[in-house]
Amino acid sequence: MITGTVIIATEICKGCELCIASCPQNSLALSSSINRKGYRYAELVLDNCTGCINCALVCPDSAITVYRQAKPAKRASSPSLSAQTA
Amino acid sequence: MSIQHDESPKLMKGNEALAEAAIRANMQAYFGYPITPQSEILEYLTEQVPKRSKAVVLQAESEVASINMIYGAGGAGARVMTSSSSPGFSLMQEGISYIAAAEIPCLLVNVQRGGPGLGTIQPAQGDYFQATKGGGHGDYHIIVLAPNSVQEMADFVFEGFRLAEEYRMPALILADGAIGQMMEKVYLPKEGSLPFTQHDWATTGKPKSRERNFITSLHMEPDKMESVNLHLQDKYRKLRKEERYELFKVKDADIILVAFGLTARVCTKVMDLANEKGLRVGVVRPITLYPFPSDIIASLATPNRVFLTVEMNSGQMVEDVRLAVNGKSPVYFRGRMGGMIPTPEDILLEVEALAEKHNLIQV
Amino acid sequence: METKIDSMELVYAKPETLTDTPMHYCPGCGHGVAHKILMEVIDEMGITENTIGVAPVGCSVFAYMYMNVDMQEAAHGRASAAATGIKRVLPDKFVFSYQGDGDLAAIGTAETIHTVNRGENILMVFINNGIYGMTGGQMAPTSLAGMKTSTSPYGRDCATMGTPIKMTELIANLPGAYYVTRQSVHTPAAVRKLKKAIKASFEAQKQKKGTCFIEIVSNCPSGWKMTPLESNDWMEKNMFPYYTPGDIKVPQEMK
Repeated sequence: MITGTVIIATEICKGCELCIASCPQNSLALSSSINRKGYRYAELVLDNCTGCINCALVCPDSAITVYRQAKPAKRASSPSLSAQTA
Repeated sequence: MSIQHDESPKLMKGNEALAEAAIRANMQAYFGYPITPQSEILEYLTEQVPKRSKAVVLQAESEVASINMIYGAGGAGARVMTSSSSPGFSLMQEGISYIAAAEIPCLLVNVQRGGPGLGTIQPAQGDYFQATKGGGHGDYHIIVLAPNSVQEMADFVFEGFRLAEEYRMPALILADGAIGQMMEKVYLPKEGSLPFTQHDWATTGKPKSRERNFITSLHMEPDKMESVNLHLQDKYRKLRKEERYELFKVKDADIILVAFGLTARVCTKVMDLANEKGLRVGVVRPITLYPFPSDIIASLATPNRVFLTVEMNSGQMVEDVRLAVNGKSPVYFRGRMGGMIPTPEDILLEVEALAEKHNLIQV
Repeated sequence: METKIDSMELVYAKPETLTDTPMHYCPGCGHGVAHKILMEVIDEMGITENTIGVAPVGCSVFAYMYMNVDMQEAAHGRASAAATGIKRVLPDKFVFSYQGDGDLAAIGTAETIHTVNRGENILMVFINNGIYGMTGGQMAPTSLAGMKTSTSPYGRDCATMGTPIKMTELIANLPGAYYVTRQSVHTPAAVRKLKKAIKASFEAQKQKKGTCFIEIVSNCPSGWKMTPLESNDWMEKNMFPYYTPGDIKVPQEMK
């Protein structure tokens, strides 16, 4: 089974919910707390993410970074993971 | 800047000499739209450039498009020029405001005709206010050069490009239909004698070695906008050292004629005729209308002198003359409009009337 | 959720050609996605250093704050004229204009038509959300019949206000138009299609084929007074029947 995950820049997120609607796994939901701009932000609520990148594609604020379980053969060439933090 | 000229002269129309000078100044792009009495510029360039240079010459769909192509190409760092006549030049004002704000060097040409409205195709100087006071919206100025001969139509192309690029702002050659259409002897500036430097601010594609360049006139924060305004005003102050004018017999003159462009030629003739009649008449010809040579006019203003400003409009430059004179001398105005050119005889009558009114001694 | 990423590989991140400046757009606005995909293609094609963009007047007036390429901000409606100026003096660079419906299809109609008619080798990206977003929701040339806006408060009456203009079909008739398509950014599938269209356009520009024109039918949650999800739904139900996504002019060699 493919597993993946997302890191959401919650201070950038404006809570538009487009990612939530586009997630085939229903892995995302709006937070109950708000960010500094006053928006409820998207967060991963289930561990069934497949890393399909749908959420990131439709995110207008480019707030979502997606990771996926590396295929065994490719594992050695994983890029740096320091890009985005929540 | 000393321009190098051909050793032998040519007989050319003002508009054509200007276009030829643009090719020789290594202009990289021209965008324009036909309008009388300046269409020869576009015609000359579309005929000559394909044979002689790699420059872009494009007939745009309007003056509005032309000036915005100038914005784009000038912003991309090219040496660019457009030309038009009064009604078309009005259409460019929005773009010129943006260009002034974004500090893009470019050379503009307005071969003026009579107005307002569609007006007439005959020569006039009715766009003085538009040219020297900004013209479009917001606080800005452009450099304004007023040629009075075919020679200056050619020379001011070089001078205009140089000033525009040095000060990062538009320079305008403000001619009129007569200067544009008439034929005269001209020593053309030599090709390649105007140096060109690449601009580090231009949008040419961002190499990794620098931050992105962007050309904009938008500043939403008032403090940032004001700092841009202050920067522009500072630049205009520095520009004052480029003031240029020509003086004829002003030292001993009782009556000083002030005129630019074509009317300055009329006024030097008036001066000769008046001198023959024993009247002490001199002429000041502002060459840069912006920056206006206020200091020299102020220095000539004394209570025993009279100024007469002669223009082909209802009295526009005379306001700047009055500001410079600042009440120290009487300032009169004589003008013709509608494409009418004042004759030396007309102006001489005015000069004689002023001499009588002010009891100016005939020597 | 706590998820370990050490054993995973990065599969999607914001393109490097997009700056880190947070966007001023309203939540759910299609501009953000359009910006991102445009920059993503530029990133992937490795043409960042050779691309110059032109931003319009309208909501995307600040596009140059987000797109990390050399940019010019043009006067209202004149983006394609400015782009023409840039492309003519830098013919080997990639040039795009990014314009809204008021900019491209109202005040800039003449420039749009003639830029395409000359077949300028540029990409024109046209965001059509049927409203003037930046100035607060006034009627656009592309506002739908009957659509209520702040300047058509009783709905757009086509008898007096004109019918919504199909700019993309109009310019597709011009020989200078090489590739003309209508896309959207509201679903992952739509975003993937748009990305292909942008890439094809830059490839065509490289070969100096003529003008490529991509309309992106988009939403305006604030102007339409809806949530982002409602606005996308409304767009599908109301905009798409009139502005139907799909290719409008595709040259034989691209098929």
